[in-house]
Amino acid sequence: MTLQGQATALASRPRASLAAAARAVFRVVAVVWGAATAGFVALRLIPGDPVDVMLGVQARVSESVRAEIRAEWGLDNPPVIQYFQYLGRLLAGDLGTSYQLRSPVSEIIADQAAPTVQLTAAALVVALLLALSAALLGRGRRASRVISLLELVVISSPTFWVGLLLLAVFSFQLGWFPVTASAGFSALVLPAVTLALPVAGILSQVLRQGLDHAERQPFALTARARGITPAGLVRRHTLRHAAIDTVTLGGYLVGSLLGGAVLVETVFARPGLGQVAIRAIIGRDLPVVLGVVVVAAVVFALLSVIVDASYRALDPRLRFARRALS
Amino acid sequence: MSLIGGVVKSSTQRSGSRKPPRGVMAAGFVLLALAVVALWPSLVASYSPLETDASSTLQPPSAEHIFGTDQSGRDVFSRVVHGAQYSLAIGLGATGVALGLGLLLGVSAALGSRIVDGILSRFIDVLMAFPEFLLALVVIAVMGPGESSIPLAVAIAATPAYARVARAETLVVAHAGYVRASASLGVSRSRIILFHIIPNISGPLLVMATIGVGTAIVTAAGLSFLGLGAQPPTPEWGIILSEGRNFLATAWWIAVFPGLAITTSVVSISVVGRYFRTRREVVL
Repeated sequence: MTLQGQATALASRPRASLAAAARAVFRVVAVVWGAATAGFVALRLIPGDPVDVMLGVQARVSESVRAEIRAEWGLDNPPVIQYFQYLGRLLAGDLGTSYQLRSPVSEIIADQAAPTVQLTAAALVVALLLALSAALLGRGRRASRVISLLELVVISSPTFWVGLLLLAVFSFQLGWFPVTASAGFSALVLPAVTLALPVAGILSQVLRQGLDHAERQPFALTARARGITPAGLVRRHTLRHAAIDTVTLGGYLVGSLLGGAVLVETVFARPGLGQVAIRAIIGRDLPVVLGVVVVAAVVFALLSVIVDASYRALDPRLRFARRALS
Repeated sequence: MSLIGGVVKSSTQRSGSRKPPRGVMAAGFVLLALAVVALWPSLVASYSPLETDASSTLQPPSAEHIFGTDQSGRDVFSRVVHGAQYSLAIGLGATGVALGLGLLLGVSAALGSRIVDGILSRFIDVLMAFPEFLLALVVIAVMGPGESSIPLAVAIAATPAYARVARAETLVVAHAGYVRASASLGVSRSRIILFHIIPNISGPLLVMATIGVGTAIVTAAGLSFLGLGAQPPTPEWGIILSEGRNFLATAWWIAVFPGLAITTSVVSISVVGRYFRTRREVVL
């Protein structure tokens, strides 16, 4: 890139970042709208009367009461009207009302979000620590073989099985951690480790690959020629390069943590969004299902935007490359 | 992309020797044994997977019951052996359906008009925004829990990844000389798609699908662990595991062995799948 090119790139940065922000907002809105619409259409296709779900299968209610309920919930409008009413409510932040619990879906989700966020955040920290230590320890030929076998096993094991194994060993046999999900830090350890393991496996693979790749780059040779120690090379140069690859995976990994949380919450009988979702699916509580889908779509769309932005911020080559091409 | 497939391209294998490395041979052998056991479970399982025996409940592993017995006195080994057919059938079936659907979506997007491509690609993007397991849960939510919902949910959840790769590969192949040559020779569009494009994009998709079978097995087991599929006492690995959950304190063997079966199968599938992938890279 020429100096002049760099100068224009710097000068046009505010406008470019404004455009990037607009694109990001558009992307989030598009994904959320798509998920909400797909969810709405899919759930309308279900045979069966929502009124039956609300009343329970056993209920014997006269047709006039049913009609009343239908009118109250807006179920007697044509589907297109229902769809636009739904989108309108969604814009206002109203996710509807649960058929079964008779309380606003947004309240149910807000109530149960904290334990899930806590679990996911703890798992992310554990996964990063595990992956970092695996990547730094698995340097030699033999060590890297052991580590890559461990990665394979950890990635391939079903989360719910690992959770049960940890429970059996550390809670039932050794008694180190509580069996039931009481509040407190000690109850969070096993679930967080369970959830973290597969993600740690994939992170460590990416980190190790990144380190290997960075070590073969010319800048590593230069640094070595200047007499840097192997540890210094990793700390000051190659680890940063390897970290960029893991950031691209970040959104995907947080997504799979949230997906795994459903299973981990069930294994450890923890409260959380996973439990809300499972109960709603089994009980056919459609507004709650749709609410969880929409909230998940918001989270995943935001994640991918954040990942893109941080990727550009971390890797200066990427920031200038686009300018140079255009 | 599947979590199980991993992201590391192994650089250790050279194409010099024709024989696969020992680990891959072992994995292949495990898969062969698994296939045999799935087809003829009574070859190795000496007990019925469903018959209860009140006189021998919760027995620890012994010579007679090598995986022990469960709360109803059923032989856990026989149940795990009989479970292989469910997991393998769902793994292979769902992956096959996902591959077919993905091919259909991806090729249509790549060869369709700009509008078709735009709509299909955005649709795939929205689906890809969700992790595979959550997508499968959403499908179950729509169809309702049940035995037949799980294979379809697993298949639909896996489809977007195949569709995306199929689209990208088709875009490459569609500009290849042989495709343009057959088009200028007046070969019909459907013939070009069937005999030129699909055979040439299927390599990477099949490699993806090999590893995808493992992901599908884990996803399916997870869904039935949550109680969203077949009900106990069906000898399905996820169900045996969830039953074992209640006896973890007294009878660890009920939950441990079906999980071991899942992990062993998935590790073997991944090893073989990754071997195919490195082979492909060497060939290219």
